[in-house]
Amino acid sequence: MTADAGTNDPTPTSAGLSGQGTGMPEWLVRIVLALVPILLALIVGAAILLLLGRDPISFYVNIVRRGLISWIGLQETITRCAPLILLGASLIVAFRAGLWNLGIDGQFLLAAVITAALSAWMIQSAPAWIVLPVGMIAGFLVGAVWSLIPALLKAYQGVNEIVTTLMMSFLGVSLANVLIKIPFNDPNTTVPQTMTLVTDDRLPRLFGTTINIGVVIAVVVILVVHWVMTRTAFGLRLQTVGANPKAALHAGLSVPLLTVVTFGLSAGLAGLAGSVEILGVWGNVRADWNPGYGLAIIPLVFLARFNGIAVIGFTFFFAMLSIGGETASRRADLPNYFVLVLVALILIFMALTEWLSHRRALARRA
Amino acid sequence: MTNSLQAATAETGAKEPIVVVDGVTKRFPGVVANDDVSLSIYPGEVQALLGENGAGKSTLIAMLSGMLQPDAGGMRVRGEATAISSPRRALELGIGTVYQHPTLVPTLTVLENLMLGAPWHQRMNRAATRRRLAEISQMLGISLPEDATLGDLSLGQQQQVEIVKALWRGEQVLILDEATAMLTPKGVEDLGQVIGRLRDAGIAILFITHKLNEAVRFGDRVTVLKLGRKVGELTPDQLAALGEDQAITQIVDLMFGTASSEGADELAGRDKSRLVEGPVILSVDGLAAAAGPGEPTVTGVAFQVRAGEVFGIAGVDGNGQKQLAEALAGQRRIAAGSLSLKGEPISGLSVVQRQRAGLRYVTDDRLGEGTVGNFQVGLNLLLKRIGDEPFWRNGTIRRREVERHARTLIDRHDVRTPGPQTPIGRLSGGNIQKALLARELDNAPIAVIYNKPTYGLDANNIQFARRAIREQADQGVATVLISTDLDEILELSDRIGVMLQGRMVGIVDNDRDAQRRVGELMIGVGAAA
Amino acid sequence: MSGLLSDAFLISLVAGAIAAGIPLLLAGLGEQVSEKAGVLNIGIEGMMLLGAYTGFYVAFLSGSLWLGFLGGAAGGLILALLMALLCVRLGLNQIVIGIALTLGADGITALLHHVQFSRTYPRLPAVDTLPIPLLSQIPIIGPGIFDRHPSVYLAIIAVFVLVWVFRRTNVGLNLQAAGDKPAALDAAGVSVTTTRTLAVLFTGMMAGLGGAYMSMIGAGIFIPFMTGGAGFIAIVLAMLARGHPTWVLYGALLFGVSLSLTTALQVGGVNVPTDVVQMLPFAMVMLVLVIFARRSALPAALGLPYVRGQR
Repeated sequence: MTADAGTNDPTPTSAGLSGQGTGMPEWLVRIVLALVPILLALIVGAAILLLLGRDPISFYVNIVRRGLISWIGLQETITRCAPLILLGASLIVAFRAGLWNLGIDGQFLLAAVITAALSAWMIQSAPAWIVLPVGMIAGFLVGAVWSLIPALLKAYQGVNEIVTTLMMSFLGVSLANVLIKIPFNDPNTTVPQTMTLVTDDRLPRLFGTTINIGVVIAVVVILVVHWVMTRTAFGLRLQTVGANPKAALHAGLSVPLLTVVTFGLSAGLAGLAGSVEILGVWGNVRADWNPGYGLAIIPLVFLARFNGIAVIGFTFFFAMLSIGGETASRRADLPNYFVLVLVALILIFMALTEWLSHRRALARRA
Repeated sequence: MTNSLQAATAETGAKEPIVVVDGVTKRFPGVVANDDVSLSIYPGEVQALLGENGAGKSTLIAMLSGMLQPDAGGMRVRGEATAISSPRRALELGIGTVYQHPTLVPTLTVLENLMLGAPWHQRMNRAATRRRLAEISQMLGISLPEDATLGDLSLGQQQQVEIVKALWRGEQVLILDEATAMLTPKGVEDLGQVIGRLRDAGIAILFITHKLNEAVRFGDRVTVLKLGRKVGELTPDQLAALGEDQAITQIVDLMFGTASSEGADELAGRDKSRLVEGPVILSVDGLAAAAGPGEPTVTGVAFQVRAGEVFGIAGVDGNGQKQLAEALAGQRRIAAGSLSLKGEPISGLSVVQRQRAGLRYVTDDRLGEGTVGNFQVGLNLLLKRIGDEPFWRNGTIRRREVERHARTLIDRHDVRTPGPQTPIGRLSGGNIQKALLARELDNAPIAVIYNKPTYGLDANNIQFARRAIREQADQGVATVLISTDLDEILELSDRIGVMLQGRMVGIVDNDRDAQRRVGELMIGVGAAA
Repeated sequence: MSGLLSDAFLISLVAGAIAAGIPLLLAGLGEQVSEKAGVLNIGIEGMMLLGAYTGFYVAFLSGSLWLGFLGGAAGGLILALLMALLCVRLGLNQIVIGIALTLGADGITALLHHVQFSRTYPRLPAVDTLPIPLLSQIPIIGPGIFDRHPSVYLAIIAVFVLVWVFRRTNVGLNLQAAGDKPAALDAAGVSVTTTRTLAVLFTGMMAGLGGAYMSMIGAGIFIPFMTGGAGFIAIVLAMLARGHPTWVLYGALLFGVSLSLTTALQVGGVNVPTDVVQMLPFAMVMLVLVIFARRSALPAALGLPYVRGQR
């Protein structure tokens, strides 16, 4: 089946090792390969804006001004990065091991709801410094448990994980809403939502900003994931399974066990993303809240070629686009969704660039 | 068969070839698969195309059936120069092919498979298809369950469907690629009858095989390919004149003749019949391996290998050699029997534990399972030691150690790579094989199993690999050398075991008479020693 | 409980099942064709959404639902053309491109909707139905099933047309060969690339029709993101139906029933959260997968680009 993230070249050589004999250091080649599609996408996006009678220059300037330069906007951008980076870390683990975990939305939301309910209940009898870590661990575990069925079916029966993770995602989203509306419903509000963790009990903020430490946690986690994937024996084993399962068998690795562990880690990190978003920003979950980060983050992780450091960069770029895009769109009298068009364009151009460079590499070798 | 063979011989003089392959060359990265190959295919005649694995038979068929295009040379069909540019073109030219790997759809019925390929707008005409099937079936003397799902039929029946399909539009040329590979003895017999009827109907048949006895049994004319080149041809007249036994001897000479192996002098001088006196290192007794569907079942294999000894395992490909090697290496479950290394039973150990104990396996599937193509050379050299000191400390990689290790092995085995960090998939086949050898021979091997170690390599790299194998053995490593190249086995081995249908049918010392005895055992005519 | 089995409840249930089920049916049938041919079309969500938009827009401009369906089909086709070009011809990653197309369709339709309709929110008039004589007189299911816009009947007829195509035509054979054994199709002299391209285009068309039904007839209005994952459900339906168009029909109705069950329950006077009911079909499918894990086979070459000579 298509679970072939391996063909997208997750080489274990991390940035910093220079390619030999190409003239250009490999990391520079990679950055150029990543920037070219973005540039092309911005150009096509500008054409669309012109067609709609909007000024593309002022649109892009407004994005940068609001998403990056203005202090309030920058804080929002950085805050938005936290869940995205954690979801990126989740996907890096799965994709590098050649597994398509397409269920991160369900894992994220279910973990968010259970974290919210658990922490709001615990805070009545325990201090925040206990409640917050427990909430995050719970989120991780909820995510991991939610991936168990797809993981076991994939590892021992070979059932396509695309179907199972998608199904579990839909199931998870619905279950989360059931939990909000029935057992965890806050009786004191009219709109169904979980009990609220008050601002003072949420994740602490950084030096008088509105940025909570969630983003620090996220960056640390993705750096650890990147380090584990590129520098440790465990990461190399996962990548071997992803790149060539037969070679993994030949080298004596236990492929089913590694599959289950990978799923657990990946889904756990998606769950952690949900926890951090709740404990850091919202304090509760309202019914029918579903940011649907999943679809946006999958392409970003590909764009970053499964490199954790690059994911931070792309995530920041995406967060800036969406935060700045809100304002820029409002000013241009457009809906915020224009950003999605840009992301789609970037993705298509990225795939084309990769295809072209792959073809050139093949032509050189022959 | 002999009668019709002679009957055909009598009339060949007057025949014009229907297809002529004229000096065709095809290169793949690192390999010349076909090197200036020429042959002619005649109507009403079975031409056996004989060659070992890697001799270039499949490439030649792919070009005849339009799947690949030659880099040089060309084809003539019925006297006219023409390019066989696509499978469709091949069919239009009247060339039908039955591939080694079935190209029928297992989920469709027999009838539906036969209808596949009609223009989309045409009405599906079941009645006409049934009639045509009956016609061809009658010609072939077979009967097929037309509404059964193809996947439910026996392999022999599936092949009959393939043959019917290849002749569907009145094709005059039939290419059979390793047609007996998956058949039971009864299936082979049936196939023989079908081929006989086809020849009588005037069809030109190209029968590709790596089995000598089949080539002689089915072929009116035998052409031998070796390492991409045509090394000889026996015409129907010659075959008739020689008689079966002499023909086999002559073909064995063509296939395995020492005259054609270059650079063998260096090793030729050593005493091949020497007796190795070292202690028994690897001991296999009554070994049976688990087998998946379609795989040969390995049973009752027993042999011992002493320190410093090379034990060659000869045999026609697909007689259980790979399954045996995997069972020894720990990649395949051992169903029965015992396996011990230096007297310690190891059949319960995992791949990694056996590796640590000093048992090494050089796989024949270099890119498929031996390496991870997009990992750098340095990591591939440690693929079976992930997490071990000193390359990892507390589970963390130490790049300097990995690189130092890589450089040492690259130098020692002369691996031509831009650097230790180059993805191994970018190297040539020969250099990938050197890297594999380097990996398995590193870190004090006690016993090494080589599976087709020189398959697909060029002459230089072949010599390099053979020298490495011999040198290791001279340093006291117990060596198991599995190869379908008899030259190689004879050149390197001290004793030779022969695999046939999953059993080890005989073990002989590598003395002057070894070539004949092993050759006989390989085709199932010799008695066990 | 007296209201639970009342006529109002049942009529509402059947009507809702059809309204929610027809788009799933159309898209699921389309997806089934490309899956049969070995292409996993993750972009179908985007194709539905674009079809929903173009269908609505054309119907709004022309006042004709039939032209609207044509527009919806064209909308789906445009994305499918891109998908075929990038994934079938060039062999790019089917999942990445599929998601990109979905995101792009999300964005572009929301954008166009905003520019054109965000102040007016125009609605299409309620559709005329074509009651089938006699059958529409049957109590409860009569008005629910047999008193509908003709496109509903056509969608159901499409199921049986597809059954016929799969079983009785050369096209059906080609599709199955392209998915199960592309090399066999190639050896038979039929282009795998062309077969798969046409399959993807058909998927796009069907998805576009499904989306158009959703906006023009189901809702009477286009709303950004209105498909809300229906495309992904269609993918799952197609995978589970394993080549049987009738199974897609049952699956679509099952999802349709559960999606409309909450409304119907409310009509019947019972208050159950939508989400509990919405979980049922997914939970059932997972259960089936767990029990019959080994038999949930997919086309052997699904998702893999075909390269001649590589087997």
